[in-house]
Amino acid sequence: MSETKEIIISTDKIHTDQYLVNMGPQHPSTHGVLRLLVSLEGEVVHHIQPHVGYIHSGIEKMCEAISYPQIIHLTDRMDYLSAHMNNEAVALCVENALQVEVPDRVKYIRTIMDELSRLASHQLWWCVMGMDLGALTTFFYGLRDREHILDIFEETCGARMTVNYNLPGGLMFDIHPNFQKRVKDFLKEFKTKLPEYDELLTGNVIFRQRVDNIGHLTLEDAIAWGVTGPSGRGSGFSCDVRKHQPYSAYPMVQFEEKLDTKGDSFVRYRLRIEEMWESIHIIEQLIDNIPEGDYAVKMKGVIKLPEGEFYQRVESARGEFGVYIVSDGKKNPYRVKFRSPGFSNLFALNKMAAGHKIADLVAIMSTLDLVIPDIDR
Amino acid sequence: MNGLFEYIKTVFKGVGTLLTGMKITGSYFFRPWKHVTQQYPENRETLKMFDRFRGEVIMPHNENNEHLCTGCGICELNCPNGSIEIISMSVLTEDGKKKRAIDKHIYHLGMCTFCNLCVKACPTGAIIMGQEFEHAVWDRTKLTKVLNLPGSKIAQGVKE
Repeated sequence: MSETKEIIISTDKIHTDQYLVNMGPQHPSTHGVLRLLVSLEGEVVHHIQPHVGYIHSGIEKMCEAISYPQIIHLTDRMDYLSAHMNNEAVALCVENALQVEVPDRVKYIRTIMDELSRLASHQLWWCVMGMDLGALTTFFYGLRDREHILDIFEETCGARMTVNYNLPGGLMFDIHPNFQKRVKDFLKEFKTKLPEYDELLTGNVIFRQRVDNIGHLTLEDAIAWGVTGPSGRGSGFSCDVRKHQPYSAYPMVQFEEKLDTKGDSFVRYRLRIEEMWESIHIIEQLIDNIPEGDYAVKMKGVIKLPEGEFYQRVESARGEFGVYIVSDGKKNPYRVKFRSPGFSNLFALNKMAAGHKIADLVAIMSTLDLVIPDIDR
Repeated sequence: MNGLFEYIKTVFKGVGTLLTGMKITGSYFFRPWKHVTQQYPENRETLKMFDRFRGEVIMPHNENNEHLCTGCGICELNCPNGSIEIISMSVLTEDGKKKRAIDKHIYHLGMCTFCNLCVKACPTGAIIMGQEFEHAVWDRTKLTKVLNLPGSKIAQGVKE
């Protein structure tokens, strides 16, 4: 009886440890096989350590054994939502190395395809973002509109996601005769659907409470961690490759680089919605003016790059995508390195989410628009 | 007092935004003919894939069981993942010369990534992309196919 009296609880002598919680690898809101080792103090996130490698597919190593046209079809499998941009990056890199100038028709079609896949990617991001925060309606509405773009891809490229439409020196096929009409029909319809997105989610009070003033990323951190794309531009980092190092038909079109300095989750969300309007604007400028001409330059049967190092960057839907090829003059590269936007964006998550609640981590991660095969390529 | 007023204002604003969203979902609820989904297994008879859809590699034969494949092996070289194996043989032509011909055009559907590079590279247009997409089988050995039909031969006039 006397022992119980002696137990005096003093709160300042209790040693508290941080919880280490695995979020993932199988977690619905990580959008794939991503494992985050989260240290928690109660419900507050203290530190996040992402662990990648669960679906590492060794694409860079595989590229060393195959020829340049064959590399392109592997890049579809990395960031499957911006397959056209990935394809184009490799194609442009090889063309620059060989100093091949592609016809204007190719440039126009490539740019239209890029913007269409950016639209499709942002649509999927939007619907998944809503779903992560509990609004299942957005998931169906986003996928409904994305279906039209995938139909356009399927008709012209022959596949819905793993398109493999670009080749060094041009395109796999010419555009389908229905292409222009279909794209115009889609744009006309989508312009009435995009305001619905705002009404459904952007103005929604529950959604706003989850994203407003949450997940701040400063400009210094964005630059230091290499956060590009809409995520970086939300922090005021002007990093649009389409503006700063224009490729294909981007020098010929008028568009705005959307920037904001606030750097919270909602800004990253809003910039992507605004980018969709910009993409529509770019496609409208190009779709009626596709010049006549060849859809490909005649290339040699076996493409050999001169000895040296070549780098090409493009703006994918998630940020800056880079292809670095080291060639030793053979038909296959000596080394290929892909700079994937998702990888850099993911590791800035710690800066954004530390200090917030674990439920906010899901919202912040959604605004980064992660595609796991892009990270674990 | 001001805080209470703000609180009530937020509640009404919240209900307002919820109603805005429900207006859209409600309007689609009363327009069920605006649906975009297809009843897939039921619409098999009418389902038509796009012309360029890449379902599998096929080798078309004409009515005399003749194809256009010369057995040159360019498709095998262009395949990124070894889905195509060419087994060629030499045959004697009518004027007594030896000539290469296709014995077996083996196609591993299970390894194919449908990249279209083989079809693009084929000099005679012997292989094309088919539109069949229901490839599920019970046994994976069935995924290895021989594309040239038994007893088939090359059509007249195909130059290598």
